[in-house]
Amino acid sequence: MTTTSLPQDSVLPPAQHTEELGLRESATFDRATIADIQRAAATGVYDIRGWGAKRKVPHFDDLLFLGASMSRYPLEGYREKCDTDVVLGDRHASKPLHLQTPVTIAGMSFGALSANAKEALGRGASEVGTSTTTGDGGMTPEERGQSKHLVYQYLPSRYGMNPDDLRKADAIEIVLGQGAKPGGGGMLLGQKITERVAGMRTLPVGIDQRSASRHPDWTGPDDLEIKIGELREITDWKTPIYVKIGASRPYYDTALAVKAGADVVVVDGMQGGTAATQQVFIENVGIPTLAAIPQAVQALQELGMHRKVQLIVSGGIRTGADVAKAMALGADAVAIGTAALIALGDNDPRYASEYAALGSAAGFYDDFQDGRDPAGITTQDPELSSRLDPVAGGRRLANYLRVLTMEAQTIARACGKSHLHNLEPEDLVALTIEASAMARVPLAGTNWIPGAK
Amino acid sequence: MVTLTAPETTTPIATIDLADSPVRDLNQALHEATDGQSWTVANPGGKHSLAVGIDADISVAINGHAGYYAAGMHKTGTVTISGNAGVGLAENIMSGTVHVKGDVSQSAAATGHGGLVVIDGNAGARCGISMKGVDIVVGGNIGHMSAFMAQAGRLVVCGDAGEALGDSVYEARIYVKGSVASLGADCIEKPMKLEHLDELAGLLAAAGRSEDPADFKRYGSARNLYHFSVHNSASY
Repeated sequence: MTTTSLPQDSVLPPAQHTEELGLRESATFDRATIADIQRAAATGVYDIRGWGAKRKVPHFDDLLFLGASMSRYPLEGYREKCDTDVVLGDRHASKPLHLQTPVTIAGMSFGALSANAKEALGRGASEVGTSTTTGDGGMTPEERGQSKHLVYQYLPSRYGMNPDDLRKADAIEIVLGQGAKPGGGGMLLGQKITERVAGMRTLPVGIDQRSASRHPDWTGPDDLEIKIGELREITDWKTPIYVKIGASRPYYDTALAVKAGADVVVVDGMQGGTAATQQVFIENVGIPTLAAIPQAVQALQELGMHRKVQLIVSGGIRTGADVAKAMALGADAVAIGTAALIALGDNDPRYASEYAALGSAAGFYDDFQDGRDPAGITTQDPELSSRLDPVAGGRRLANYLRVLTMEAQTIARACGKSHLHNLEPEDLVALTIEASAMARVPLAGTNWIPGAK
Repeated sequence: MVTLTAPETTTPIATIDLADSPVRDLNQALHEATDGQSWTVANPGGKHSLAVGIDADISVAINGHAGYYAAGMHKTGTVTISGNAGVGLAENIMSGTVHVKGDVSQSAAATGHGGLVVIDGNAGARCGISMKGVDIVVGGNIGHMSAFMAQAGRLVVCGDAGEALGDSVYEARIYVKGSVASLGADCIEKPMKLEHLDELAGLLAAAGRSEDPADFKRYGSARNLYHFSVHNSASY
């Protein structure tokens, strides 16, 4: 969030000092809440920011793996094979994607991100054999050029949408929503609508772009089936078609996406990031990733389509353990957005003084909508963008993707699995009652799953 | 079934009969067509996604009614529908011409980036929604919420327009001869200058129409909602 006329952190007493004085902070009206009220009172507009939900919700941290022991054989680390590849989109498409790691890069637009950031994402993903995804703003030549596997988003705004790029895409992702704002459209504020961005989106330079939240030419699952049919006809049934939903009712949405003919369903939980959305939306609409996965998997299983229609899960994936947990719950692959930007250099402490000048701090910076990102990622400013070397950034991302993959393999081998896809809910237990109920795995040390019949 | 009949002109005319060929064969054949060819589609039967993704300078005559997304993502050449068309006619058209002799359903020419869409009859709701450069000429009336968030291009209506015309319009220009039930947020009537009469005359001529440009009124964006302002909150 942006501080306005509020006192800076430097003039507030340090937390330790407030405790020594015996000062009591309200849990209901904590300092962030007080700052929000003061900001609203000062400006008369709601807060817009980037990033996903920051509130604490039940997450992968609340799950643990049961390693192999007496009844199950582990695989030898570094010796026995544990495969990580994944095929996406072989239900109807004649050219499905075959990725070497199940960790993909989520949709982020050129416009929200700098051209260098998009190029770095493409370089890093291609180096490890995974896919990147366009965003609300069309496909850039840089991105197509650097991405071995490129997923082309089909959004309500249709900015930059054209049949040539559609035919160049390795997959098409029809976006119904995203986890940060299920039911909300895109937003890009004037400071990022440069001449190039405006040209790609057919908009006046410098306006505050608020994209549609509904698709312009179809409504509901029956229309979606016809729309998918059209896209298949245009691409001669070669290109896989994904349907992306923001997690709110994933059981029904997944079932309807399958019925509409999707090859792949992408479910994005509320921790999934955004470039610019109202804070009230980010924090209060949608459900946690952990709660969404079992619902989506249940829908696929009931239709007999689990593993036939692949499930990609995103929203708060940070570590190989998160990857392994998502897959054990039934995902075929995951997508990362926020974590990928951090790997490129987002919120790097070396820009501490510049974050402070913007009224933020390394580890807290979320004003992606302002286009003044010191790390040169969420900006269209040429000077700031030039700080991100796309080759070096791509290398960092590739390193990170390799670590995620190797970490997931480490856990899978410990559970005796020769492929990440062999991980299963029976490998997991929950640390909290909430996580147990949402993930539908037993509370550790018990055989109890709240709500299970 | 694809039948190549004896050429009447220098270009061969191929007929696809959808009574015995699937739509997939039609589109596959049109994607493999070469410039200058003429194609006829018999018995379209209101099927969806007819003649979508055309990428060659061909002419396609659909003899009957078409379902959803006829001539979707049209890029070059001409598609003529001698009948009615369903939702999303010529959605996201890039260039070329699509001509419907009957009526069309909602979201005609949605998000179209260029080209010309001519509808001799009426168009339903959301005609020209999010249009990005396409020109649309409608001989009859158009439904509500037409030219919603229209970004660029021209929409010409020879009949009446429904409610909330041009809601949240950006830089598209709208010409209506008849009545307008109501204007949407940030859409206003604008003066008809010589340049507008000229461009309207050109569009009417391109659509083969005989209306007098002087009988039309012009509508477009007041540009009051281009930037966030707390004072606009009542407009949304």
